Amino acid sequence: MALASTETTVMNNVEAVRTTLYEALKADERTLIMGEDVGARGNVFLITKGFIEEFGPERIIDTPLAEASIVGIAVGMAMEGLRPIAEIQFADFIYPAFNQIVGEAAKTRYRSNGDYTCPLVIRTPYGGGVRGALSHSVSIEALFYHVPGLKIVAPSYPADMKGLLNAAIDDPDPVLFLEHKKTYRLVKGEVPNGHYTIPIGKADIKHAGDKLTVVSYGLYVHQAVEAAKRLASEGTSVEVIDLRSIRPMDRTTILASVRKTRRLLIIHEDNKFGGIGAEISAMVVEEAFFDLDAPIRRLCGPDVPAMGYAAPLEEEFMISTDRMADAMRDLAAF
Amino acid sequence: MRTLPADVTRLSKTSGVEFPMAPSGAHPEEFVAKAISTPTFERHGLSDEQLTWMLHNMYLQRMLDNRGFQLNRQGKIPFATGSEGHEGIHAGTGLAFARGRDILVPYYRDMGLCIGVGMPPLQVLLSMFARGRDVSAGRQFPNHYSYHSLGILSISSIIAAHCPHAVGAAYAMKLRNESGRAVLCTFGDGSTSQGEWHESINFASIHKLPIVFLCENNEWAISTPRSQQMAIENIIDKAPGYGLPGVKVDGSDPIAVYAVMSEVLERARSGGGPTLVEATCYRFLSHTTDDDDRTYRTREEIERHRHLDPVPRFEALLIEHGVVSSERASAMKRDVLHEVNAVTDEAEALPYPEAHELYRAVYEGAYEPWL
Repeated sequence: MALASTETTVMNNVEAVRTTLYEALKADERTLIMGEDVGARGNVFLITKGFIEEFGPERIIDTPLAEASIVGIAVGMAMEGLRPIAEIQFADFIYPAFNQIVGEAAKTRYRSNGDYTCPLVIRTPYGGGVRGALSHSVSIEALFYHVPGLKIVAPSYPADMKGLLNAAIDDPDPVLFLEHKKTYRLVKGEVPNGHYTIPIGKADIKHAGDKLTVVSYGLYVHQAVEAAKRLASEGTSVEVIDLRSIRPMDRTTILASVRKTRRLLIIHEDNKFGGIGAEISAMVVEEAFFDLDAPIRRLCGPDVPAMGYAAPLEEEFMISTDRMADAMRDLAAF
Repeated sequence: MRTLPADVTRLSKTSGVEFPMAPSGAHPEEFVAKAISTPTFERHGLSDEQLTWMLHNMYLQRMLDNRGFQLNRQGKIPFATGSEGHEGIHAGTGLAFARGRDILVPYYRDMGLCIGVGMPPLQVLLSMFARGRDVSAGRQFPNHYSYHSLGILSISSIIAAHCPHAVGAAYAMKLRNESGRAVLCTFGDGSTSQGEWHESINFASIHKLPIVFLCENNEWAISTPRSQQMAIENIIDKAPGYGLPGVKVDGSDPIAVYAVMSEVLERARSGGGPTLVEATCYRFLSHTTDDDDRTYRTREEIERHRHLDPVPRFEALLIEHGVVSSERASAMKRDVLHEVNAVTDEAEALPYPEAHELYRAVYEGAYEPWL
């Protein structure tokens, strides 16, 4: 992590994203923000509030309600030398843009053999636990992490938000930047002032331990750290790895931890079948099978189309900190 | 600015070069300009040299096109796509394109247009043979070029997915105040059914971007005729709903195409905003070498359209009006055939890409999903 300053400011995730975008717009006139309601409204979470007054409607573009072309037009801007930051208002709305992300942005460099590139950031809030029902709660990462040519990051701590968003904006290839909306105002932390980047593809150990490894990302990292603290008070030492990046993923950190603890629990909100945990599990079995003392466990969202609007349906979908602590105890005792 | 050719009849009350924005609630026919095909000879300011260049370009297109089908039938290349019937659109548009300034976002039937804006014919054969020296290093299908130095954007085969890219490029030009530049985005009639096509012309019109949308309407989308693609006769009738002007032109007449395209491109370059152009033509070949058009259209239908074939039509026109002699035309065809034979031999003799090319250019730097 290249730090510009040792001074820090305490902020939540909304403020971290907002500050980073603001500094990027200030620093590089090729950058612009485009999406639904990013102008006068300042984005539905107020992340871009006031930007249109300072940077003008040419660089803070209120787009028509058309996600495929929000991404598609941004692809053309990126191919032609701009540094667009496209916003999909909620991750649930990204499906119309699927081809532009998977078929176009991710293949631009490859199909032209580097004649054209696509330095594009697509930001979108995802995740549940906010009574968002079927179309304001989904996790989309598994639909995209299969795609070579695309990078995916999902930080959930304010300092990581800033460092990784800066890295995404600087990146010469398309990056899908996922922001868990429940962490937006729930999570606060110290954020270094000034410009710095965190490398895409580098995980971070958020709670050190040696009896059990937990790999997670997004909202659940915070709960997993909370559960690890409980287990620490019970005498069980749990290591919690925050992936932060989903593609590329940090094999080195995961394997080093698993070889130390010999037990792996993967926790994610997205449903289990074909999820990120499946790839991590396969990789660990391929690379470190003989270092394991217990079967790999996955604690994930249920395989249903979405979480319901009614509180009991949402609560059933989401994994509580208690359930995480129980799963940790079970695996530690194996 | 130049006036439109005589065979383009304006239904609007305005005349000359003005393109009024669609007034709210106006009936489309009040401001949509339409063309009527009449093979008259009107130079529109073109010199003998320019007219001859267009004829040469059309010969080259036709022979390269035929070469693709020949090589496929000889079993030398797996696939080819033909543009026979589109040559008039490509020659006229290629001449109107400002090399070094404008950007072309083509579709897969635009081999002739890419040649027309300066792409070397060798590239066509390198692409057909999928050689290592091909711009995409043998990755892309034939007719999916990328030529950054000529302003030709890289495309996929997904219909109309390139239209928003063209709009984004035009937005970049406008944001950087690059007057004197325009984007040319081409597509077929089937593309106008795609949501991204509508989203693209809508956005371009909202922001008055320097872009021209050129529909090469050849009446067929593989096996689906235009009547199954839309309930309207004229593709330009889709323009008024988005507040941009539409112009229809006979795409078998390269001079008429040149006159319309040079005017609307200049209008875009000078801040006048986008235009939708519909250039009519007829697809004489099957969709690709893998298609068999006998399964969905009659031979009689094709013959009924044969008089629209732009190559013999334009050749006869230039001979009739003394721009070229029939001897000169024959010599040009012979020279073009020699050139096409030479680039065929050159490309065929070159090697395929090395297998490890598969792993390059996924990202900047090395490709590795696990770090």
